[in-house]
Amino acid sequence: MQIPEGLRYTKTHEWVKRLDGQAQVGITSHAQEELRDVVYVELPQVGRTVKQGEATAVVESVKAAFDIYAPVAGTIAQVNTALSTSPQLVNQDCYGRGWFFAITPSNPTEFDGLMGPADYEQLIKAAAH
Amino acid sequence: MSDPAGTALQRTSLYPEHRRLGAKMTPFNGWEMPLYYSSILDEHKSVRTAAGLFDVSHMGQVFVRGSGALETLNALCVSDIAQVAPGRACYTMLLQERGGILDDIIVFRVGEQDYLVVINCANRVKDVAWIQVHRRGSVEIDDRSSERAILAIQGPQAAALLQRVLQTEVNALGRFDIAPLPAFGRQAWIARTGYTGSDGFEIFAPNQAAVTLWPRILGDAGSGIQPVGLGARDTLRLEAGLRLCGTDMDETTTPLEADLGWTVAFGKASFIGKDALVAQKAAGVPRRLVGFTLEQGPVPRHGCPILVGGRELGAVTSGTFSLMLSKPIGMGYVDRTVAGAGTAIDIVVRSKSYPATIVKLPFWRMAPSSSAGSHVASGSPLQAQGPALSCQP
Repeated sequence: MQIPEGLRYTKTHEWVKRLDGQAQVGITSHAQEELRDVVYVELPQVGRTVKQGEATAVVESVKAAFDIYAPVAGTIAQVNTALSTSPQLVNQDCYGRGWFFAITPSNPTEFDGLMGPADYEQLIKAAAH
Repeated sequence: MSDPAGTALQRTSLYPEHRRLGAKMTPFNGWEMPLYYSSILDEHKSVRTAAGLFDVSHMGQVFVRGSGALETLNALCVSDIAQVAPGRACYTMLLQERGGILDDIIVFRVGEQDYLVVINCANRVKDVAWIQVHRRGSVEIDDRSSERAILAIQGPQAAALLQRVLQTEVNALGRFDIAPLPAFGRQAWIARTGYTGSDGFEIFAPNQAAVTLWPRILGDAGSGIQPVGLGARDTLRLEAGLRLCGTDMDETTTPLEADLGWTVAFGKASFIGKDALVAQKAAGVPRRLVGFTLEQGPVPRHGCPILVGGRELGAVTSGTFSLMLSKPIGMGYVDRTVAGAGTAIDIVVRSKSYPATIVKLPFWRMAPSSSAGSHVASGSPLQAQGPALSCQP
């Protein structure tokens, strides 16, 4: 199970990376493994304001569609348009080229309330039992 | 594993094999079944390019035997079962009086007065009760589902693989033929049938025979065979334009609406639901099941509205991402006035409209060179692969 250091995590299996004052968001390796065949990603509009925990993007596997929630509140600053033509990047490189969107946080302290890697690993292990 | 209501799920005799292979299991109509082993798209591809092995033992197997067997089945099925010769099979339907579809079934004639009826697992209890209630003459209705298994071996390599594993001349079987497999018990058969649109076979056998056969079939590694779960079974059948009972059709839809009128023998004196179908045909079928494709966009799912000229004129019943077409595909019912191939429609997904086009089914068809069957009675190679000849004598 890949859970990189230096990222923060949510209970809904998003990861967050602080990058140039923005919070870059994707889904974890655990989440993409559960989804398996990602065939479509619906991205938010740049400029949209989102609340913490708001459904912001959609990822679809062959079987079902799932919401991706904003881990922190703010404004959508960038989206990964590569996912529109290559949704399989979510499976191939979930912590890199498979990122979804970046938020300019309106309340940067929310970041500190998110889980670290050890807590996230505990969460997955607890759910598996 | 239990279903959402907390009821314990049934397991097939091959459950230990699924666990050993690391399958992702899923609840399905009261059964704990493999959803996938590697991934749905991988398994889909293996069936289209090589071969796949499915455990579909959750399906019901009911024997209808005796001098009243033909009369009983003919009173219930829309097709003319008298046309089904020994060693042949027929895709057909059970209707209620008002013409709604109770189930789609395959009737295999395994003896002179001996039929194996394969039914959907969700409808097993209902179907068996229905057949019992409507029995004619001297007939035995023998539900052997719990002690029997079904293996499906599907894909262009299926025939060569089974030839090696079974040491049986499987190429002697044409599409919708069935023959005994005496080496695997008195009650074992192999048929050239399936639910994928690719060439393939189904083996109907006692549980123990299936447990023996499963590793032998998967052991034929040179063929590229992989185990395939229900996830790819659904995407394969959809790509082949095959309806799923309970999803694409049910008691609120008739075979005419489901565009399966070819299964109906209107010349037959009577069958349950005939009057309703005759009346609907005369009045005009109000809506029709169609296939559609999106050039790009999300996966259409059951219940998504279908718009024509901005007006809601139908709904999606099934959808997926087609591996062979590399685009989203789906089926749904639309008003008959707009059901023609080429019609531009919109599919609404999460409150957004996406352009789509009505197309002829199936979405994908195997190449004529891989056509099954040394003695398919007639028709072009293309027709021979579709279900349309399945009830030909």
